[in-house]
Amino acid sequence: METLIAILIGTLFAGGIYCMLRRSIMKVVIGLMLLSQAANLLVFTSGGLTAQGPVFLSSAETGSTLAQADPLPQALVLTAIVIGFGVIIFSLSLLLKAHQAVGSDDINAFNKTDQVS
Amino acid sequence: MIWTLAPILIPLTSALLAMAARGHPHMVRAIGVTGAILLCGAGFGLLWAVENQGVIVLQAGNWPAPVGISLVADLLSALMVTITGIISLAVAIYSLRDVNRNLLKSHYFALFHFLLLGVNGAFLTGDLFNLFVWFEVMLLSSFVLITMEGKRQQLEGGVKYLVINLVASALFLSGIGILYGKLGTLNMADIALRLANTPDAFLINSSSILLLVAFAIKAGMFPFFFWLPASYHTPQVAISALFAGLLTKVGVYALIRSYTLLFNSQFAVMQDVLIVLAGATMITGVFGAATQFEIRKILSFHIVSQIGYMIMGLAIGSALALAAAVFYILHHIIVKTNLFLVGGLIMRKCGTSDLARTGGLYKWAPGLALLFFIPAFSLGGIPPLSGFWAKFSVIQAGLEAEHYALVAAALLVGVLTLYSMIKIWAEAFLKAKPMDSRAPAENAPGPNLHWTLVVPCVILALLTVWIGLAGAPLLNLALATSEQLLNPEIYIEAVLNPPIAHYEK
Amino acid sequence: MPAAPLLQIATRYLAPILAVLSLLVLYRGHNLPGGGFIGGLLLAAAILLVAIAEGWDVVNKKLPVDPLTLLTLGLGIALLSGLPSLFFGQPYLTGQWLPGLELPIIGKVKLGTPIVFDLGVYFAVTGFTLKCANAFAEES
Repeated sequence: METLIAILIGTLFAGGIYCMLRRSIMKVVIGLMLLSQAANLLVFTSGGLTAQGPVFLSSAETGSTLAQADPLPQALVLTAIVIGFGVIIFSLSLLLKAHQAVGSDDINAFNKTDQVS
Repeated sequence: MIWTLAPILIPLTSALLAMAARGHPHMVRAIGVTGAILLCGAGFGLLWAVENQGVIVLQAGNWPAPVGISLVADLLSALMVTITGIISLAVAIYSLRDVNRNLLKSHYFALFHFLLLGVNGAFLTGDLFNLFVWFEVMLLSSFVLITMEGKRQQLEGGVKYLVINLVASALFLSGIGILYGKLGTLNMADIALRLANTPDAFLINSSSILLLVAFAIKAGMFPFFFWLPASYHTPQVAISALFAGLLTKVGVYALIRSYTLLFNSQFAVMQDVLIVLAGATMITGVFGAATQFEIRKILSFHIVSQIGYMIMGLAIGSALALAAAVFYILHHIIVKTNLFLVGGLIMRKCGTSDLARTGGLYKWAPGLALLFFIPAFSLGGIPPLSGFWAKFSVIQAGLEAEHYALVAAALLVGVLTLYSMIKIWAEAFLKAKPMDSRAPAENAPGPNLHWTLVVPCVILALLTVWIGLAGAPLLNLALATSEQLLNPEIYIEAVLNPPIAHYEK
Repeated sequence: MPAAPLLQIATRYLAPILAVLSLLVLYRGHNLPGGGFIGGLLLAAAILLVAIAEGWDVVNKKLPVDPLTLLTLGLGIALLSGLPSLFFGQPYLTGQWLPGLELPIIGKVKLGTPIVFDLGVYFAVTGFTLKCANAFAEES
């Protein structure tokens, strides 16, 4: 299972970076979303993917032989998702405004601040 | 204990009050400035407490150390919080006149204090994931601040700023994930302790590189600095001064924390990388500045080059070098904020920020000339101003450690920095103002400057002079800080084994 | 904005149910899945449903507080909920609990500062979500 998730994380990272290198700013935002999802998934997986066991009790106490998932990464991921939610909403509204101001979807048109005056 | 809490609770309370009082300009202003004054006081209180009691630890929610979130104030954190307080007070006063009335009426001061909340939280936290959260608090408020007015340039700069910083956040989060998967802890002291006893360096270095890249982006280091000069000159002067002073330095702080505490055991592996990055950052920054003719763009590129000096201090890693890095950060925050503020005054007087069209200020406003002279030549490293001692100690540390190439780069960059400052001096102050028939409004000197605009610059300039002439106490403080940084056991001990009395009801 | 009548009628029943459910989720959140964040999202979903069915004008008129005020209020409550522990000489945010009560029907009730903190999160999340949705609705 971990291998599968690892491949998925890699694909998400690759897809995110590919989208960010595209010229359309909308694709850049999609790339950002993919990147943050990849990072979230990575943190989530770091706690181990075993389920079905009680969390705080050791296996000796419960008599269960099942391995247990670490609850902390799930809490971390929840926090990271919440932050990502806010950030993505803001970037969408920013891009909407920037698109109206620049009048183009092409990232190459966003060059006014880089010119040597 | 209350002192570790105050620098976080004060900005949060002020931000909430400012939000509640929106639409009442006088109340918002009063809240904004009062909050900054209290924050400044709290910073000095924290510094005083840390000097007397050593490292102060607060376990939030009374959860013992590796489990809960610890707030840790050692000398470095306390110094950074203090300087944040000073800068926030100066910028808050400057904002009263500088920031657009509509922005003041709406959320300017609320976001201002949210930004300070994020900055102070990042300085004080002892937990890696919590550091990420504070970074995001800081970033979100800075995103909104930079694009608040909605002008085209701000939106363009904002997009670049946002995208690259979000990539940094994703990398930071991935680094945390890998580190947690490896060690099962997020408390920075605990991580440092466990890494010192972990033989498998491979996974450690991968996460350490991820964090390095993330922090390097936030600090504006080579080769990740492009977002900085593309965005810092676009917002209103007060906002860009606050950013220039504080935000990149949070990245530098995080780097210092990482390589003196977290990855202290692996420092030797990363040292060469840091040295190369430091040299490249200095040189690219200063050459970038040499080609520019817009005041705030020149200053933005100089942030990049000065970051190089701080990283140089960290990379050399000796006691003197770390002290020099800390001293450099303190000096740089004051001087750079001041330069952006004075740059704003120049723009007000001339009606433009393009150096080709400014001029004649020496005649129009001799006081302003003095006000610019002090921070500019401090940045250039002219004795006896603060920048001289900062550069001198970094270079001396480099000589002692026999990093001659780095020292040569630092000296060259010092000269070129002076060149840029002289360029602004000659173009804005000495030369006669070119008369422009297309923009007749620019041909007369701008309106007289209100005292709220001048006083912050004067205070910061006096601080610069004071550090230059009588900086021994500050230098001693920096030396004590580097002493603490070089002995991470002090930090680890304080976090993981707090005095028992702390837990009694 | 006229919406589908089916949606309007369904909303009349769904929105109150969601609102009550959000309170339930908020209350059980301390030891069971749930909590202020999820509760806040549920409440925001209920209000958004009304906004889609009846239009934002109706929501803005009926909502007793502005979303931004709600956000401020929520953060303020969360901030204050950490303070009581300081009076007992414990670190900030240490949970303070009232003695458990035995109530008819509901059963055992435990009240303390963590629930107050969650209440703050509940308001803050609702306010934030509504504010964002509102901003997008105004722009497009």
